[in-house]
Amino acid sequence: MADGQTRTEVMERLTRAGEGGVLRFITCGSVDDGKSTLIGRLLYDSKLLFEDQIAVLERDSKTHGTAGEEIDFALLLDGLEAEREQGITIDVAYRFFNTEKRKFIVADTPGHEQYTRNMATGASTADLAIILVDARKGMLTQTRRHTYIASMMDIRHVVLAVNKMDLVDHSRARFHEIVSDYLSIAEDLGFASITPVPISARYGDNIFKRSKAMNWHDGPTLMEHLERVDTQADNEAAFPFRMPVQWVNRPNLDFRGFAGTIAAGSVKPGDEVLVAHSGKTAAVNRIVTADSDLDEASAGQAVTLVLDREIDIARGDMLADPKARPEVSSQFAAEILWMAEEEMLPGRAYLLKAGGQVTPASVTTLKHKLNVNTFEKEPGKSLKLNEIGVCTLNSSKPIAFDPYKDQRETGSFILVDRFTNQTVAAGMIEFSLRRASNVHTHAMDVNKDRRAELKGQKPAVLWFTGLSGAGKSTIANLVERKLAEAGRHTYSLDGDNVRHGLNKDLGFTDADRVENIRRIGEVARLMVDAGLIVTCSFISPFRSERRMVRDLVAEGEFVEVFVDAPLEVCMQRDPKGLYKKAQAGEIKNFTGFDSPYEAPEAPELRIKTAEIEPEQAAEEVIEQLVQRGLLG
Amino acid sequence: MTETNSSAIKAYAARFGPERGQGRNALSPHLAALEAEAIHIMREVAAEFERPVMLYSIGKDSTVMLHLAMKAFWPAKPPFPFLHIDSLWEFQAMGAFRDELAEALGLDMIVWVNEEGRARKIDPFVHGSALHTQVMRTDGLLQALSAGKYDAAFGGGRRDEEKSRAKERVFSFRNQAHAWDPRNQRPELWRIFNTRIRKGESIRVFPLSNWTEVDIWQYILEEQIPIVPLYFAGERPVVERDGTLIMVDDDRMTLEPGETPRDKKIRFRTLGCYPLTGAVESEAETLEDIVLEMLTARSSERAGRLIDFDEAGSMEKKKREGYF
Ligand SMILES: Nc1nc2c(ncn2[C@@H]2O[C@H](COP(=O)(O)OP(=O)(O)O)[C@@H](O)[C@H]2O)c(=O)[nH]1
Repeated sequence: MADGQTRTEVMERLTRAGEGGVLRFITCGSVDDGKSTLIGRLLYDSKLLFEDQIAVLERDSKTHGTAGEEIDFALLLDGLEAEREQGITIDVAYRFFNTEKRKFIVADTPGHEQYTRNMATGASTADLAIILVDARKGMLTQTRRHTYIASMMDIRHVVLAVNKMDLVDHSRARFHEIVSDYLSIAEDLGFASITPVPISARYGDNIFKRSKAMNWHDGPTLMEHLERVDTQADNEAAFPFRMPVQWVNRPNLDFRGFAGTIAAGSVKPGDEVLVAHSGKTAAVNRIVTADSDLDEASAGQAVTLVLDREIDIARGDMLADPKARPEVSSQFAAEILWMAEEEMLPGRAYLLKAGGQVTPASVTTLKHKLNVNTFEKEPGKSLKLNEIGVCTLNSSKPIAFDPYKDQRETGSFILVDRFTNQTVAAGMIEFSLRRASNVHTHAMDVNKDRRAELKGQKPAVLWFTGLSGAGKSTIANLVERKLAEAGRHTYSLDGDNVRHGLNKDLGFTDADRVENIRRIGEVARLMVDAGLIVTCSFISPFRSERRMVRDLVAEGEFVEVFVDAPLEVCMQRDPKGLYKKAQAGEIKNFTGFDSPYEAPEAPELRIKTAEIEPEQAAEEVIEQLVQRGLLG
Repeated sequence: MTETNSSAIKAYAARFGPERGQGRNALSPHLAALEAEAIHIMREVAAEFERPVMLYSIGKDSTVMLHLAMKAFWPAKPPFPFLHIDSLWEFQAMGAFRDELAEALGLDMIVWVNEEGRARKIDPFVHGSALHTQVMRTDGLLQALSAGKYDAAFGGGRRDEEKSRAKERVFSFRNQAHAWDPRNQRPELWRIFNTRIRKGESIRVFPLSNWTEVDIWQYILEEQIPIVPLYFAGERPVVERDGTLIMVDDDRMTLEPGETPRDKKIRFRTLGCYPLTGAVESEAETLEDIVLEMLTARSSERAGRLIDFDEAGSMEKKKREGYF
């Protein structure tokens, strides 16, 4: 059908459409500033709508539009509000349009209470933010907030779109007044560009077509700017090479490739690359794709690298330029946006996910909170939903990263709650707290495996949990004795040797109990690293804290033994007279009495001490260890 | 006679052999970006889930997704099976295409039929499109996902398809009953996806989220991906019913009084069950023609998809029930 000429035209049109690549942007505005109208206008004027859609739009505009006789472009995207009323969490809706020059992806976020979290989500992948201001109202608190979040998420380019200019007689003076107000707050935030445009979304002025009524405007129209703005120049490509390894490609013995998306910089065959964690290096042999091998690959490309020698690399490792290394640290400062209903508790372990790296991590201190309206620092103890704070974090395993301000891709992380599995926080790393970047890990010869091997055993944590008086220590002592008899290297941790030294500064509040277990967990982890079998006898009433310790060691190294005895039995035994004191009100927060005990849901072993003798219980524990391959 | 394009499929498969084909021209920059994003998502799933599966509907979006999977893991094969939910009422050319493609590429293609529906002889002409879709597609899909104990399933959905899709996440969380709980979706930041689930829960993954229909066609064109011949115009027997052109694909279609199938030059902009899929009259015989036709098109893609017009057929509702 298509004759030669039209065919060429189509192909040219298509090719041009792609030239400028993709621009992702976010639109920010308060309710009624005209955000929906603007986005609808962009879709409409880019001629992306089909006749059937336009017919529906015209019909709906008449029946429930808010723009009188005009087409109400906002109707193209409704739905967000209605769903919000039904309690549905909509964070971001994405819209698409393209012009001859570029493809655009717009992140549209509903306003209201959830705004900070929603906007941050949309902003995390955006290259540019359109800050919308109603010309009649001028700068609002929200304008500051949107601007601050944009800068926090490191969006480099901002457009200040002053909307509804038709309602202020297209006044140049009003426009300049708003622009100078805006510059006074935004100028110091470090944006690469701030571009003001006076628009009228409803009538399309200075969006696609230049406004006649505002012929005084000598800057670009909104679309001219969006089509031209260069968002690549200042970041990824110029940065040193970084590629988080996603997946090891090993189809047969002859091929071993590391698949990932290049986060920053570029790479060529022959380049030396460094494995950030181990400090080992290798040279790139091939850059493989399904189409062909490449001579060079750069930020944004999904490739598979084949190296010139066999070194240990797995998912979660980062390949990097050996001359400009990323930081590798387990302690760092980060800005955190809290996204969950349940507040952030310092000391509690969450799962930190950064690229392919996953590790338990906790917030050790909240240095200060940030007020998103005033940009001021405020003191605080915890973070609630939509609050932002600067914190120090501690991760169980060191992670490789760059400061977020230098490199978004390798400086960001999320925190996940390990029980609800919800994403509870977004984090942007500021800097490492240990000067680990200078003392890069050298390939270590004496490691955990070697230490365990020397002792001829498999290290493990035997965690005895249960009420006071249930029999934890008794059983643990018997187990340790049996292990020693069999020539194993052990150590035993319990209240007696921990509470008087390491943890003597801690009391019995919930927060202190969390910290108590955290420290014990860390000590146990070091002992496992040293190759020991560690028995730990602690009431440890909270599931989450036991889980935290479990996650500190490798899979299979944590054996939870639930020493189960009914409260009445324990109270009757009362070996240390503690229940009596609790009953008399002399001890507060006593587990089982006036503080809860959360029984394990799936312990490796459960021992009912009301029914069997300690000797038999200890045998069962040993039996478990044999079954699990921990004792040969 | 069933239409096939066997030789194109064979030539296509050869591109993924150890020698690869000749390197093609560089993709348009925006397609290269979309391709890289989809590949990134697929690798995340392969690395983080135990039993992923890729849904394959035989349509153009699905075929693009399959192509991306071939690219993402090369020289390895995609490390997961493909799953087609066969409604028993698809165009015959679709089944033929699926089988040839899977065979040529050496893919593990699972074809699942809701046997209960087959036994009940569910017929879209008799029972209506809503019931047919519910039983053969939605129920069939849920059965297949449960039977395979899949913890992640790729779907070819795009956000530009429909208003409600615009808000769908790339990783869409489903509970034990495979239901989409809109209150329980996770924010997605940067390129970091939260893939944590409990036993029995699963995730639907949409690697083509950010593609538009134009992107899909342009990509098919630039990458020269074979698609079911029915997308191209050809003389085919059709009847006009309620203003829609329905192709008489087999003899299960009972003609109404006065209806005689006539050969018309038609093609399909979307493929599914033949009784539910309207044809458009068209002269577009090549990919270029299709793209040209689409760039000047005056009605949206879904106009040909009868399923959306059913009163109870809103996407939102279907999604909650587990349909993609
Ligand atoms: N006069 C005028 N009205 C506008 C303009 N842009 C939007 N509006 C109107 O302002 C109201 C709120 O717009 P809407 O897009 O729904 O705001 P949103 O809440 O920011 O999405 C609607 O009645 C629009 O028609 C404009 O440029 N000029």
